Amino acid sequence: MDKYFALVLIVALPFAASLMLAVFTRISRDMSAWITMGVALVGLVMALFLYPQITEGQVLARKFEWIPSIGLDVIVRMDGFTWLFTVLVTGIGALVALYARYYMSPEDPVRRFFSFLLAFMGAMLGTILSGNVIQLVIFWEITGLFSFLLIGYWYHNAAARDGARMALTITAAGGLALMAGMLLLGHVAGSYELDKIVEAGTAIRDNGLYHVALVLILLGALTKSAQFPFQFWLPNAMAAPTPVSAYLHSATMVKLGVFLLVLLWPVMSGTDIWFWVVGSAGLITFVIGAYSAIFQQDLKGLLAYSTISHLGLITLLLGIGSPLAAVAAVFHIVNHATFKASLFMAAGIIDHETGTRDLRRLSGLFKYMPITATAAMVASAAMAGVPLLNGFLSKEMFFAETVETHTGSLLDQSLPYFATLGGLFSVVYSIRFIHGVFFGPAPVDLPHQPHEPPRWMRVPIELLVLMCLIVGIIPGLTIGPFLHTAVLAVLGEQTPYYSLSVWHGFTLPLLMSIIALVGGIVVYFAIRRLAMTMDGPPVVRHLKGQRIFERIMVAISWRLANRLEGVLGTRRLQPQISLLILTVLAAGFAVTTRFDLQGFALPSIEFDLPFTIIWIVGAGCAVGAAHQAKYHRFVALVLMSGAGLVTVMTFAWFSAPDLAITQLLVEIVTTVLILLGLRWMPLRVPDIYKDFHWPVEVKIRRSRDFLIAVVSGISIAVIAFFILTRDVADTVGTAFLELAYPEGGGTNVVNVILVDFRGFDTFGEIVVLAIVALSVFALLRRFRPAPESMERPEQQRRIIERYGRSHDLDGDATGGRYTATAGLIMHWMFPVIIVLAAYLFFRGHDLPGGGFAAGIAMSIAFLVQYMAGGTRWVEERLRVLPVRWISFGLLIAMLTGMAAWTFDYPFLTSYFQYTEIPYIGKVPTASALFFDLGVFVLVVGATVLMLVAIAHQSIRRPKVRRSDAEDEENGVQAGEEDA
Amino acid sequence: MELVLAIGIGVLAGSGVWLLLRPRSFQVIIGLSLLSYAVNLFIFAMGRLGTGLPPVVDPAAPIDPTAFTDPLPQALVLTAIVIGFGMTALFLVVLIVSRGLTGTDHVDGREPEQ
Repeated sequence: MDKYFALVLIVALPFAASLMLAVFTRISRDMSAWITMGVALVGLVMALFLYPQITEGQVLARKFEWIPSIGLDVIVRMDGFTWLFTVLVTGIGALVALYARYYMSPEDPVRRFFSFLLAFMGAMLGTILSGNVIQLVIFWEITGLFSFLLIGYWYHNAAARDGARMALTITAAGGLALMAGMLLLGHVAGSYELDKIVEAGTAIRDNGLYHVALVLILLGALTKSAQFPFQFWLPNAMAAPTPVSAYLHSATMVKLGVFLLVLLWPVMSGTDIWFWVVGSAGLITFVIGAYSAIFQQDLKGLLAYSTISHLGLITLLLGIGSPLAAVAAVFHIVNHATFKASLFMAAGIIDHETGTRDLRRLSGLFKYMPITATAAMVASAAMAGVPLLNGFLSKEMFFAETVETHTGSLLDQSLPYFATLGGLFSVVYSIRFIHGVFFGPAPVDLPHQPHEPPRWMRVPIELLVLMCLIVGIIPGLTIGPFLHTAVLAVLGEQTPYYSLSVWHGFTLPLLMSIIALVGGIVVYFAIRRLAMTMDGPPVVRHLKGQRIFERIMVAISWRLANRLEGVLGTRRLQPQISLLILTVLAAGFAVTTRFDLQGFALPSIEFDLPFTIIWIVGAGCAVGAAHQAKYHRFVALVLMSGAGLVTVMTFAWFSAPDLAITQLLVEIVTTVLILLGLRWMPLRVPDIYKDFHWPVEVKIRRSRDFLIAVVSGISIAVIAFFILTRDVADTVGTAFLELAYPEGGGTNVVNVILVDFRGFDTFGEIVVLAIVALSVFALLRRFRPAPESMERPEQQRRIIERYGRSHDLDGDATGGRYTATAGLIMHWMFPVIIVLAAYLFFRGHDLPGGGFAAGIAMSIAFLVQYMAGGTRWVEERLRVLPVRWISFGLLIAMLTGMAAWTFDYPFLTSYFQYTEIPYIGKVPTASALFFDLGVFVLVVGATVLMLVAIAHQSIRRPKVRRSDAEDEENGVQAGEEDA
Repeated sequence: MELVLAIGIGVLAGSGVWLLLRPRSFQVIIGLSLLSYAVNLFIFAMGRLGTGLPPVVDPAAPIDPTAFTDPLPQALVLTAIVIGFGMTALFLVVLIVSRGLTGTDHVDGREPEQ
């Protein structure tokens, strides 16, 4: 297998499997666990197989173009350090999957769980194997999202929801800061590629933006790794199922923060600010985390604080800034992952088999579950740093580093004491975990009778504990070479000499270890009773990071939001529209006042009498419509159409025949549409304020609106006039004119632009039209008009009075009694209009016309039939099926576009040639014609669908206010009627 | 002619804006239509005015760009006309439905407190 392909597969496979689990509902509970485990194992095997490619500081990287114009590529990249992380993520991932198979209850939606877990694994691997820092941040945020979903997996549980939300808020906010930091970093380095950034290390540290970038990146790293002062989200995330805690909150996701610090260590470290910020955050977290862990009553809470503390230790090591400390940090990352994952799993088993995680209720479990207890004891001992276990080795290295004097500052000198103190605390909580749970009197009153878990549930713990032991006893033979590869990848030439031997002789670090161990045992037995009764750690519990977080959340998302809504928000439309128009006006003024008007002379004005008369009429219509729209809707509609006709004439006047045709046809349809709607509007009588005695506020409101309207009108007129009287530069229109025939095969340039040059826009547009038509249809399906507008229109009533009920227009076929002559003519027009539509369509490519105009003309043919014969009459004789027209239109347009693919051209590339048709001669046939056919068919369908939907309102049964049950019955009938 | 058209566009737009600010939804529909006329004409006019120069080329003759009006604004406006029609239709239906549901044709879906 190609090595690069394997690299991509490691990241892609978990996502693919996640999608599969999400989609296929038939996959069983067991199957999903096996798939997850299999995917993790495949990743692990591929990583192992890639190992020879990344030893001795080699880097395996493959670039895929993403957005080359701004220098962004997707890069999969693996070096010794990220290899180690990949092995951790896949290896522990496989064990967690096996464990979760037994842990998750049959009632839980397990498929979803594993789907999330796989996606999380993919995101983790994506982050680790990113060779581009932007790509890294994207995957980083994806881990946060899936961590949110996993913590909130039991979403019926309020604690899970809150914990998930808090974790997401904090880590995602950190991720945003990280994004900004990475952008700065890439800006300074001149590239977003990790390798180039590492090369530019010195330049970056000398740059003035270094401090800003560092703070932003640290915000991302410290939030993700739950470092002080952001540590409080991690204990709250313990509401997650235990496999999630074991995987995300000990071994993998929280390690991303320190992972990033290691990755950028060669670039960012070695400065004072790095030492102070990273070092002190790490130290505080290390000590306070360990101290708080002692006083937890929840098993997982204890482990969570212990994780915080150990992450603090790693951060502190990285903050120290010496190469040896970095080696210790990388080593401890691996060690901590092994013992902490196994401890979480043990805690999960205890919870699973006894029904509680409360340390005050648990005791004496050793005799019920001896194997689990032994494994947990070994892991705890590793956590406490007992010799011959892996935790001891890295802790010893840590102690050794704190003793070394680096800068001579106060922080530096006090480090050994704080380190020993933190070590002592971790011994105390480790003993509390073991002694409290497994020893002492037999437990009383537990929810379940405790016993050993199923065989295979224990296997992951046993394997991990075995690793703690082997690494602890023969480190040089096991972890040694891999650690060396990893360290070499990070430190390169700076790689120091270090020894992994268990015995270094009697040294100061050993003395510190002994003090911590002995002191820890003494302290435990001294405060044992106290710890049981404490409600949270003394003194430190007053550090209310969580309380502050919650206050901020309430202040921002509730109080501030409410206040802003009160100040800025309104439910009323009119103020919003005024604000919108005023903003546009202000922006327009701001821009236009900057124009250079020097040397601009008013041109001589050509006067054209007919055109002026047309526009006097047009302006009159517009003002009249504005005046009449409130009380005389019909008059307003007619006047509006008058203004529309003037627009049509203007288009025709100034050489835009296509626009004139289309506008004219649309005008007809719009008018009919609004006419159909008029019936459903309420009666409005002038005037509630008699004889212009309007209240003052009405006067003010109207004058203000009038002013806005006048200013808008004048502004537009002025701008239009200025532009119209200036010469135009050479536009893209020239190119369109020149290319229309040679490349588009049509002489009507407007049509060629629509169906060829800008075909994709047109495609989008007909989709919009289809959506609008379907929305209209859907809205009107269940709608009943207001009861008071259900009365028959006066004309219909008169017909019924004269001819009797059998001539009811709505219900009867004979219909148009009072429009008999006109009706007959309208029926006869049907074929004529269709011919007109066909004519418009076929000439479209070369002469004014085209799909839009033809489609609307065609729909007018149907429309006229409805007007002449009534809804029922038409539908008994003609099956229109507009929805089918819409779908076929869309299909034709899309297939025409896709046909270009078969010739290896982009979507909608057009093709044309001349076809020899007997007796007619040479005919240009362009693929654009088929596209235009799609447009035509869709426009017919959409227009007819809208008209029919509104017309159908008339033949609906009136809605009289009845009981709800009957209303529902009505709804059902309406559904049938439409079907 | 430029002046006449500019004033015409201004009157259409002003009437449209006035109606947009009115409380009854039918007024807003008419206002939107008037405003679309104004905007369409405005965009169209950006290609400058010319009589008797429709952008229909003769394949046999060489292309002289000054002999035709700019086809691009026309293509844009053609699209805008059709979309405007869809918008009017949708808005009309929303009006009818909202009137049926709330019993008022006020744009806020309820009568203002007097």
